[in-house]
Amino acid sequence: MEIQASAEIIQVEEQEEIRVNPLKKFFTGYLFRRSLRALLTIYLVSTFIFFLVRLLPGDPVQVYINKQMTQYGYSYEDAANMAQSLFAIDVNRPVLLQYFDYLGNLLRFDLGTSITLPGTSVASIIQSRIWWTIYSVGTALIIAFVLGSFIGMIMAYKRGSTFDGVASTIGSILNSFPNYLFALMVIIIFGVQLGWIDYTKMRGSLSSGQQVEFSFAFFKDVIYHAILPIMVYTLTSIGGWMLLMKSSTIATLEEDYVTAARARGVPEWRVLTFYVGRNAILPLFTQLTISVGFIVGGSLLVEPIFQYQGIGSRLLESITQRDYPVLQGIFLVITISVVMALFVADLLYSRLDPRIRS
Amino acid sequence: MSSATASVGNTQNQRITPPPAWRRFVSRNKLGTFGIIVLAAILILSFIGPFFLPDKNPTTVSKIYCSPSWENPLGCDNRGRDIWYQIVNGGKKLILVSAAAALISTFIAITLGALAALLGGWFDTVILICTEVVLTVPNIILLGVLAAFVTLNSPILMVMILAATGWPTLLRAVRAQVLSLKEREFVEAARMLDLGLPRILFREVLPNMASYILINFVFAMTGAIYGQVVLYFLGLVSLSGDNWGLMVNEAYRQGAAFSPDGVLYLISPIVMIVLLMWSLTLVARALEDVFNPRLREA
Repeated sequence: MEIQASAEIIQVEEQEEIRVNPLKKFFTGYLFRRSLRALLTIYLVSTFIFFLVRLLPGDPVQVYINKQMTQYGYSYEDAANMAQSLFAIDVNRPVLLQYFDYLGNLLRFDLGTSITLPGTSVASIIQSRIWWTIYSVGTALIIAFVLGSFIGMIMAYKRGSTFDGVASTIGSILNSFPNYLFALMVIIIFGVQLGWIDYTKMRGSLSSGQQVEFSFAFFKDVIYHAILPIMVYTLTSIGGWMLLMKSSTIATLEEDYVTAARARGVPEWRVLTFYVGRNAILPLFTQLTISVGFIVGGSLLVEPIFQYQGIGSRLLESITQRDYPVLQGIFLVITISVVMALFVADLLYSRLDPRIRS
Repeated sequence: MSSATASVGNTQNQRITPPPAWRRFVSRNKLGTFGIIVLAAILILSFIGPFFLPDKNPTTVSKIYCSPSWENPLGCDNRGRDIWYQIVNGGKKLILVSAAAALISTFIAITLGALAALLGGWFDTVILICTEVVLTVPNIILLGVLAAFVTLNSPILMVMILAATGWPTLLRAVRAQVLSLKEREFVEAARMLDLGLPRILFREVLPNMASYILINFVFAMTGAIYGQVVLYFLGLVSLSGDNWGLMVNEAYRQGAAFSPDGVLYLISPIVMIVLLMWSLTLVARALEDVFNPRLREA
């Protein structure tokens, strides 16, 4: 009776504390601070790429203007006007004002126009490519995370067994296999030598003639063309999850609350899933930070190998053709996507483990 | 019966004289031992092997994509050059450039990370924000974009660009370690004695993290190898000479992946790169196991 009463008092006090100033709580809260950090990162990266394009020796904008003047005999005015529409900045203004223009354009999603494909806006190029990458990379990330942490957990439970030994060896090889080299090996061994997979037919992100529509044939085609990239991303990142989950689980198994639960006679499967598994998986979320960037970065090399029409292969094209507006736009969009992905991962993590909010 | 007594005698013997340290290491850490052997083999091959090779690797039209033989153990490439010759010669620069890049990025990470932790305040904040930004941008993409602006025509530039992208992970770890070391009595005592920041940093704090730094140096090296091969593979490096990364790039561009005869030309350097990275990771893990007994398996 008394205990209940005191519990109620505590509850009332807690509620009052929350009611005092919800606004202040929001501004000092985790969500707010985390959003601020995400925005700051995006802002700094945009600034970095702007000054990289404008201030480095061999300023691409100036190079473009000079080329138009010498090759095609345009006047400086005309060439500058063309550059202006391409890069979505006014080259005659001081660099600082150009910088503000650029930031303003970014807010309106105006990223300029491609050099090599005149008249095509960078935003439309990105729009047509990015979903394929988000789809293939995202699917692989989820499969690798779920499967990898599951295998890692079993490895920890069966520590020292043959399964553990084999999985550790395979995991460490996969973990140090660069994904694009793995993609090459898949093509060489299973495509060319053994002839098991028809990699030429699987090229691209859709079969030619396949309409984007809501039909079974469409989804089948989408999956068919993405199987190879997804498989490569999954296999080359699963090793990391396995090994990480294994060591995390081993550490958790030694915790006192696990021993206590076992002593209380909690069924073993309950101990392993609810006591060990749930706590062991927490450190893996912080690793998502590096993993997301890593796989997205890998798409730069894996997509060209499979000729998958994602953002990575387009970025590589723009790098080799020195198509700076496209390069700048894709670089920004990729960074923003990664920042957003991390933001979501962090929020999820803070829900799972409230300790990190402080 | 006799075998049973023998085994009993054996265990008693072991108890009296424990096996030497390396024996215990080998028996507990088979993968790590394997990694050390592979790494040593690669280093010997890459640094001593070239002395036993002829000076030139001539192009021979009649030997284009020749099959493996005594003369050409791994066959020939698309221009009739010996592949084994390129494999032996191709590791030295790759390893040296990665080691140099790892050294610089480790240095950046240690000094800035430790200073951020020791000084705190706005310096700490600025460093943390920089770290977050570099860590967020996918490393390979940053490398590719940087390489689009800078012509990579010297190994030193390669080292710089690889080092510039490789420091953030270690910096965070160093900062966290120093933050916890900072609270220890001996560091506090050194501060009280006013021994000066450099002395506290290099004489008191860092020696306590030496093993940790060594392990991370090895990881930084694998990162630098990865980045370097990416740059070669993308064709963003205007350097010539034998190099596994360049071999992969050339073999791929020449379509060796799609011609059944060109397999060895493409697979040999890939296998070498993966073996090198794998053995480095295994060695780093083994070091972790030696220096951090908490991780030791019972």
